[in-house]
Amino acid sequence: MFGWEFPPHILGGLGTASYGLTKGMWECGDMDITFVIPKPFGDEEKGFANIIGASQVPVAWRDVSRDYVESRIGKLMDPDMYFRLRDHIYADFNYMRTNDLGCIEFSGRYPDNLLEEINNYSIMAGVVARTLDFDIIHSHDWLTYPAGIHAKQVTGKPLVIHVHATDFDRSRGNVNPTVFNIERDGMTHADHIITVSNLTRQTVIEKYGIDPAKVTTVHNAVEPLSPELLAVEVSKPKEKVVTFLGRITMQKGPEYFVEAAAKVLKNHHNVRFVMAGSGDMMDKMITLAAERGIADRFHFPGFQKGKQVYEMLKASDVYVMPSVSEPFGISPLEAMQMGVPSIISKQSGCAEILSNVIKTDYWDIDAMADAIYSIISYPAMHKQLKEDGLAEVNRITWDKAGAKVIDIYRNVLKNY
Amino acid sequence: MKAICFYFQIHQPFRLKRYRFFDIGNDHYYYDDFANDDILTRIVQRSYIPAAESLLRMIQDSNGKFRCAISITGTALEQCEQYAPEFIDILKKLADTGKVEFLAETYAHSLASLADPEEFAQQVKIHDEKLHEMFGVKPKVLRNTELIYCDEMAPQILEMGYKGVITEGAKHILGWKSPNYVYSAASAPKLKLLLKNSKLSDDIAFRFSNTEWDAYPLTADKYMDWIASTPQEEQIVNLFMNLETFGELQSRETGIFQFLEALPRFAAERGIEFVTPSEAISKLKPVGELSIMYPISWADEARDTSAWLGNRLQNEAFQKLYSVAERVRLCDDRRLKQDYWYLQASDHFFYMSTKHMADGAVHSHFSPYETPFQAFTNYMNVLADFIVRVEEQYPLSIENEELNSLLTTIRNQAREIETLNKEVVSMRLNIEHINEEHRLREAQAPKSEPAAKKPRTRKAKAEPATEAEKPAPKKKAAKK
Repeated sequence: MFGWEFPPHILGGLGTASYGLTKGMWECGDMDITFVIPKPFGDEEKGFANIIGASQVPVAWRDVSRDYVESRIGKLMDPDMYFRLRDHIYADFNYMRTNDLGCIEFSGRYPDNLLEEINNYSIMAGVVARTLDFDIIHSHDWLTYPAGIHAKQVTGKPLVIHVHATDFDRSRGNVNPTVFNIERDGMTHADHIITVSNLTRQTVIEKYGIDPAKVTTVHNAVEPLSPELLAVEVSKPKEKVVTFLGRITMQKGPEYFVEAAAKVLKNHHNVRFVMAGSGDMMDKMITLAAERGIADRFHFPGFQKGKQVYEMLKASDVYVMPSVSEPFGISPLEAMQMGVPSIISKQSGCAEILSNVIKTDYWDIDAMADAIYSIISYPAMHKQLKEDGLAEVNRITWDKAGAKVIDIYRNVLKNY
Repeated sequence: MKAICFYFQIHQPFRLKRYRFFDIGNDHYYYDDFANDDILTRIVQRSYIPAAESLLRMIQDSNGKFRCAISITGTALEQCEQYAPEFIDILKKLADTGKVEFLAETYAHSLASLADPEEFAQQVKIHDEKLHEMFGVKPKVLRNTELIYCDEMAPQILEMGYKGVITEGAKHILGWKSPNYVYSAASAPKLKLLLKNSKLSDDIAFRFSNTEWDAYPLTADKYMDWIASTPQEEQIVNLFMNLETFGELQSRETGIFQFLEALPRFAAERGIEFVTPSEAISKLKPVGELSIMYPISWADEARDTSAWLGNRLQNEAFQKLYSVAERVRLCDDRRLKQDYWYLQASDHFFYMSTKHMADGAVHSHFSPYETPFQAFTNYMNVLADFIVRVEEQYPLSIENEELNSLLTTIRNQAREIETLNKEVVSMRLNIEHINEEHRLREAQAPKSEPAAKKPRTRKAKAEPATEAEKPAPKKKAAKK
């Protein structure tokens, strides 16, 4: 498997989903999974998958001793693995910027030279593919498609790509042609495509012109929360709290949340709105809240990480995700795990599998305001959504998703 | 001798329009006229009219041997009057044959029997009045909303003057017993129970056109064979269903109307009779008492009330709704009362059911809402506005009892004022009479003075009396 992010060092939903799925597949048994990520930190969970860091894969020959390797990257990779990989270098990449071990350094983030990093990752993938013995290649998201294609060409093994998002979701239609090409290239080379929702599946079929027969939806799931997170304590304000949590970008539809808030505040004063997160539309949103005259009840606490997210959720009475286009959207599931009733846009993938949530069109601020009002004013509504939502989300587990993926593998291998 | 007792239900609720929370306090009209008109007109055309015409033909062709019962709610009647008066004409014709019995039920198809006996009694009474006014009939048998019934209701129903009740032959109640007998209520033995034969009723209502059913296709011949082959001593088969079964649930193309119209002929061949519920009750003796502890209904597999009061949303809405019942009864505002009935329709609660949400087989076929949560939100918003209106009539700070006693005082005083006023009027008339008499006498016989003396003294006596009484009513009126 090729991935870009892996917990605990994650930047978005991609890492969480890759991790959950891998673990879910492992739970189904009889699987040997190697997971390649750009830059491991050493604190990743390794029990269920063999993790290889791209930053530790040599692409140029260096005459180094075992002890040296041990001391340099011992906590990230078994030195034996290093030497095995070194035996499979397939071309001279000394012209590239490599380090003392002949490895390319990866940031593992989304730097400005992202395209270069994607290319380097694909070069590295050639070495990995030649070294290891495996049956199938699985690439998570467009950043790793080129690596997947490369590995397929080298080994002749089938390629499955996992579409966590497309550029149509990220850009509301103003697609970056380079990204589009990488994505399309991956899709045409793939033997099967897994999408995280039917919404994404449609995008893949319609916008990228892919044969529907080779696109299957496997909905994401959630990891159960640790008891420690479930038990976080927060002091709740005496008002009701309605929360938006996520990147404040065009894709997430923050302006609809502000407009709905303005509608609710017109009739109901005992409520506060929180827009937690950061992003390129934040300043615009602060201005908008001020223009609507609700700034005293509308708060921007900034980017939340780790435990803060759960504290934020714990303090909330309603969680709103008005995304304009959301391939899946894991955050409402997390909110439900914390017992917070959620309102989600019909344009998000998770709407396809959730029934104990309120679904509105992202642009229908009247309906959204109405739903917010209903949850904060009618205790029965809150309780019903909270309890049934919790029961529902607890049934959405990764092993079920993992089993579906394994089925897809079987079919691909049978027909290959 | 075997008999079939048919009863057909007709009900349409007043569906609510999309009512946002910012409409609360501003907009007091709650109904989606377009949807109500549209749905009613469609069902009337596709189902009610052809079905009622079939019934009429069956009665005529069989020389009155075919008979059945119909129960139509007040809200359905109102909608028919408004959007499809031609159907009312057919109902009148059916009523005129004398072979169709109309049943009593709550005016608005409400669940009042589960919450508020007084409200229940009042609604049934209003419904009876409406039936009498339109068809000149007086119902003797009660059909509660969705065939809901339990022991607790029996004494009240009997007291309201009904001889029998129609309810479900729920398996968990009957056990080994058969629904094909008349039973009596354990808590009020004089009240008789007619139980629906679920299997045979649902064969028509739900399975008729199901090609996967092993008995498909169902013919009138085969169906009557089934009924004839029930044990000899079983007296009555109660077939209760919605009238929409014909033409709506089972579309015209399935041949459901031909099936229906062929029934009397095949019944006659086998010597099976048709009876109305009240005939069944007067003819047949109950075979035993039936005790029903918890309310049953004809809905879902469970045959209980969980389709309307199964989750927290439904219970919350239900409690809120009936928390103002007494208050609304104290009001005189006609529109308020009317809205209150419309809001009580069981359908509103049905839309909030989350029972089948998980398996995707939502009650959605019958729901104007996408989700139960939307149904709840919309309903609660409407109810919030309604309660605001109730509060405007009487502030909530006054206790119901206090309010009640105040209102009684006001009413008593009003009555007193009225009687006193009447007295004043009659006194005045008396005085005028006397004066006229006096004038006449003076004109005719100015000399006969002693005779005229009497009236004069009477007048003197009467005058102070009226004057003394006059200020009194004024004072009382001021108090009001």
